[in-house]
Amino acid sequence: MIPFAALSGLVAPMDRANVDTDVIIPKQFLKSIRRSGFGPNLFDELRYLDEGQPDSDNSHRPLNPDFPLNHARYAGAQILLTRANFGCGSSREHAPWALADYGFRAIIAPSFADIFHSNCFKNGLLPIVLDEQIVFRLFDELYATEGYTLTVELAEQRVITPSGEVLSFDVDSFRKRCLLEGLDDIGLTLKQADAIRQFESQWRQQSPWLFDVIE
Amino acid sequence: MAGKTLYDKLWDSHVVEMRDDGTGLIYIDRHLIHEVTSPQAFEGLRLAGRGLWRRDANLAVPDHNVPTGSQERAGGVSGILDPVSRLQVQTLDDNCASFDVVEIPINDVRQGIVHVVGPESGATLPGMTVVCGDSHTSTHGALGALAHGIGTSEVEHVLATQCLIQRKMKNLRVRVNGRLQVGVTAKDLALAIIGRIGTAGGTGYAIEFAGEAVEHLSMEGRMTLCNMSIEAGARMGMIGVDDKTINYVAGRDYAPKGALWDAAAAYWRTLHSDADAVFDREVVLEAAEIKPQVTWGTSPEMVLPIDAYVPTLAEQSTEVERSSLKRALEYMGLTGGQAITDIQLDRVFIGSCTNSRIEDIREAAAVAKGRKVAGSIKQAMVVPGSGLVKQQAEQEGLHTILLEAGFEWREPGCSMCLAMNADKLGHGEHCASTSNRNFEGRQGIGGRTHLVSPGMAAAAAIAGRFVDVRTLAGDTL
Ligand code: SF4
Repeated sequence: MIPFAALSGLVAPMDRANVDTDVIIPKQFLKSIRRSGFGPNLFDELRYLDEGQPDSDNSHRPLNPDFPLNHARYAGAQILLTRANFGCGSSREHAPWALADYGFRAIIAPSFADIFHSNCFKNGLLPIVLDEQIVFRLFDELYATEGYTLTVELAEQRVITPSGEVLSFDVDSFRKRCLLEGLDDIGLTLKQADAIRQFESQWRQQSPWLFDVIE
Repeated sequence: MAGKTLYDKLWDSHVVEMRDDGTGLIYIDRHLIHEVTSPQAFEGLRLAGRGLWRRDANLAVPDHNVPTGSQERAGGVSGILDPVSRLQVQTLDDNCASFDVVEIPINDVRQGIVHVVGPESGATLPGMTVVCGDSHTSTHGALGALAHGIGTSEVEHVLATQCLIQRKMKNLRVRVNGRLQVGVTAKDLALAIIGRIGTAGGTGYAIEFAGEAVEHLSMEGRMTLCNMSIEAGARMGMIGVDDKTINYVAGRDYAPKGALWDAAAAYWRTLHSDADAVFDREVVLEAAEIKPQVTWGTSPEMVLPIDAYVPTLAEQSTEVERSSLKRALEYMGLTGGQAITDIQLDRVFIGSCTNSRIEDIREAAAVAKGRKVAGSIKQAMVVPGSGLVKQQAEQEGLHTILLEAGFEWREPGCSMCLAMNADKLGHGEHCASTSNRNFEGRQGIGGRTHLVSPGMAAAAAIAGRFVDVRTLAGDTL
């Protein structure tokens, strides 16, 4: 995984609550057996006026003029500002893949759905929870200011607004370390292979019916 | 010291190691695999030169993409018409072959939706940790297992290490007092709970469902209830083990036999919350107050009893609520104040991991018996959850009842639940669906999904609009 360096990025709005993973990346794109290339189909049903298909050429599709990500002022955005319960619904990791592939590095919301939240960290994407009132205010500032950027400092766990206001956020220390150092989860866990083996042999004695049945 | 909750017991028994930062390395007993969320995980293993930690913990089955029409299905994997779907199912076969994972292939009689197959085959047992790259893995908690969905990176992690790094959830008990009325099912209960606590109400919690109404549910009903925990925001839902659980598991393919069975059953009987266990939060519902439920909007929490009216903008107190209601009404093509029973339907879908087990098919057939699907309904389909459910239903003659009433009787799979195959809604069409998500576009672009129980879906097919199954069904229920 690529380490999460400090980020100073343009912010784009996704101004609704309960944005589900079907909205983030519609199911027809889940048929892909690859991990990349989902960016052009991020928010597909909101972003385009026609129906997207996997492997279709997106460059000629009619864009929805009302969708913020299609507005020039948000081109190149790296931070997504959104409302409560972002990422609810299915466990598809295609959702963070699409967000990251599009170029987002951080998402700010009052809350996230559990599985989506944990999937983000595996893909170099930082979900930041800020108080609902603060998110309200950030939306106002964002709409009022063309070229609105925020600075995200993961090591210090803070977001800095253009006016210099410092907003702190919480993040799980293990996940923070993995993001900062770009660590490979599986490699880390395999360092504990002995402990896993030990657990496994004791568990096999205790619950032998859980082993060697599916052959 | 206070007693333990069921979740505490399941968690404690699977901790390999706790870390200073409060996360734990948790051992995974069963890993279920399907074609959509696994290809990138196998690819990851291949790139890193890693193999499986433990082969016999895994079981794979294709379900999301498989065609449900008998003709297309007869051709097996190579007969799948959509080339992208075909490649994905083929990739699952190939990965299982090269990593030596046991797979139930497309036209095996045991094939079906992964969450129907797990419990039915005995691959899911009480006391297990069960994961799958699918959020409705919460279903398996009905057996007294710790079961939840994971993303593809975690699929790879489990394949390679047999473990996951997890943070323990808080405990939430949803207690349902009394008995559900006749004609009111586990699905109505699940929807009523989501209506009460909201789609984020369970975020951060493991839910345990308890109380007389839950004890009284069949195992199928309990699976329906746990299945929809994720729609309440909780990664996992579970129910304590009792006689029903043990009887359900007995004799299943992968369940223990003989002396091992006795030892296992004795252990499983300890898997319930202690009387003095403390929950971080408790929600209490009265079963008798729950009526058949119908979702009218684009989130499972937008749900009302059958005799209610669609909410109006004037009733909303905040601007955010008004704008979310406005968008939902627009998308659904409904007007505030409209009676739920005035919603006209175009299609009916009975299936999905929520409601495609034998009891669900029986419930639909009981309503359909001797009646006809309304002429205004373009399509009413019943998609059994597995080949074994299909077989059982056919032995009971349920398919004949359904076919005579004008329903289609399909091959098992996810089907119109998420419309990854050819089964989908057209733009603007209203569908009475026994699935679990009514998000925008979930069952087809512009499609309008209303979540209901199988009985309510069958009743809606017959009336062409929503009706209270209890008045339609008369003596049959
Ligand atoms: S039936 Fe629907 S919810 Fe269940 S696993 Fe399949 S697609 Fe997911």
